[in-house]
Amino acid sequence: MIAASAASSTHHEPRPVWSLRGVCFQHPGATRPTLDNITLDVASGRMTAVLGPNGAGKSTLLHVLLGTLTPAAGDVRFQERTLAEWSRKELAREIGVVPQGEAEPLFSAREIVAMGRYPYLGPWQRERPEDDAAIRRAMERCDVAAFSDRWLSTLSGGERQRVRLARALAQEPSVLVLDEPTTFLDVRHEMTTFALLRDLRDAGTTVVLATHNLNLAARYADDLVLMREGRVAAQGAPASVLTADRVADVYDWPVSVVPHAGGAPQVVPSDAPVR
Amino acid sequence: MTVRAWPVSLRLAVLGVVTAVALVAAVRLGAVAMTWSALADAIAGRGDPTTITIIRELRLPRAVQAALVGAALAMSGATFQALLRNPLAEPYILGVSSGAAAGAVLTVVTGWAARFVWSLPVAAFAGAVLSMLVVFRIAFNVGRTLDTRVLLLAGVVMSAFLAALIWLVLAFADTESVRSAIFWMMGSHATASWRSVAILAVCLAPSVVVLFALARPLNLFAIGEPTAAYLGISVERTKLVAFGTASLLAAASVSVSGTIGFVGLVVPHTVRLIWGGDNRSLLPCAALLGAAFLVAADTLARTIAGANELPIGIVTALVGVPFFVWLLRRPTGGLTT
Repeated sequence: MIAASAASSTHHEPRPVWSLRGVCFQHPGATRPTLDNITLDVASGRMTAVLGPNGAGKSTLLHVLLGTLTPAAGDVRFQERTLAEWSRKELAREIGVVPQGEAEPLFSAREIVAMGRYPYLGPWQRERPEDDAAIRRAMERCDVAAFSDRWLSTLSGGERQRVRLARALAQEPSVLVLDEPTTFLDVRHEMTTFALLRDLRDAGTTVVLATHNLNLAARYADDLVLMREGRVAAQGAPASVLTADRVADVYDWPVSVVPHAGGAPQVVPSDAPVR
Repeated sequence: MTVRAWPVSLRLAVLGVVTAVALVAAVRLGAVAMTWSALADAIAGRGDPTTITIIRELRLPRAVQAALVGAALAMSGATFQALLRNPLAEPYILGVSSGAAAGAVLTVVTGWAARFVWSLPVAAFAGAVLSMLVVFRIAFNVGRTLDTRVLLLAGVVMSAFLAALIWLVLAFADTESVRSAIFWMMGSHATASWRSVAILAVCLAPSVVVLFALARPLNLFAIGEPTAAYLGISVERTKLVAFGTASLLAAASVSVSGTIGFVGLVVPHTVRLIWGGDNRSLLPCAALLGAAFLVAADTLARTIAGANELPIGIVTALVGVPFFVWLLRRPTGGLTT
């Protein structure tokens, strides 16, 4: 018995980055809860994709993970401490965020990326050499170094999104959270974004993203969380989550699922059902 | 090197020189003509006692007050524009000016302003702070946190309500009171003294320190409150301090010089259109440009029409608007915060 328990502890899974227990959230004035008793572990060093139809609660779940919405009930822990025990500055050193939709004031691309160093600097402190290095690295990694001095408003939608990703990387975070990062990107930029996220994951960064692209999520993510009406409908490896019956049920649309060359399940929506 | 590429130190040096030139011109120009040597003597306290009084007790404090008010309004406007993410934001948007006007008008029609010189600025400051507190209270009541959209609307309706009260009071006031009330609302530095300058400086100094320390957070606010939180800012606390400080600057300015429009709206936009929205450069540059602009406008207001002094609010708008329209129509123009 003693040997067995010792053996199991050596093969212990790494501690989850986030653990949620019985989390509920209801927007004021809403008729039903946006998050309804969510229990979930987000694994460290993996890429987790949150999927689900519009209104399933994906963005709300991300807000709860990030502490910008406080759940009405339940327990949210990030790296084993409740979110209340973290200051915003401490969190910003651990979690880089690429949110959906931001205002676009007159800032140059570099100025935007440099904002990622905010959690490391005091109010009167100038950028140190290591800050400059982090900004440079992040801009090169996201392929935005070329428009360093251009104003954000003069860049294309895809370029702006990469600038925001570079800002998140300049935070040098252990966790990256992205809310529909590729929604307005063309195929090339969508694929390069997913490839970059996979590289970051391979280098040890935990990646969490909400997306509507089931097929790229199935190919690139390690874990899927499929949500419906504020609950977790299924979670786990792509092949076990994305079955034709379940996807058809959750999205209320007939689909077939075929394997991709790499083995990941690919969802093909059927034509409109005859009424 | 293009103007846009100037380092912050050069921007500040150039604007500092412009402000200094405006101050010297303001002290030299006026109804009483003055040579350079007479001016230098008067500042040093030598020569004709009347000239000494004109320079040291009238023109100097007046120019310094105009500079301080210009700087305060420009910084206040820049802060409001970043916090509210709205290009229309300006120092008076949360009802500070109409609150001050209500206080000022009350002292004018009751005759207090004529009997006690200090009563008008005190009442104006109290009115400004009171209306600001009511606006914040409304915004807090609607949601648990400070929603900037609600705050903006609360400020606008508060201004409308107070304006109605002011016109109601003026409808029953005598002609002379109406005239002085209207002139106060258009702004003037005619009552400037070293005492008003000192009071203004006491309000200004800590506010400048607070706002400069908040320059980086304000940059993040200009992008959005969620993003500011993700990058490490305690959003609600920071927002409250920034709104409070910017409103205090506006209230202090209005109580000494009346509601001078336009400076707080357009000076920050002008600096932003040239050098971008980084508040670490924007706040000090706007302060200097605001100071220079208001000193120049005040000098124009008291010299252009001979013995008749124009309200300074008329000058700031008549001179500033054409310039700003030209700036907007340049190819890189376009307003953002």
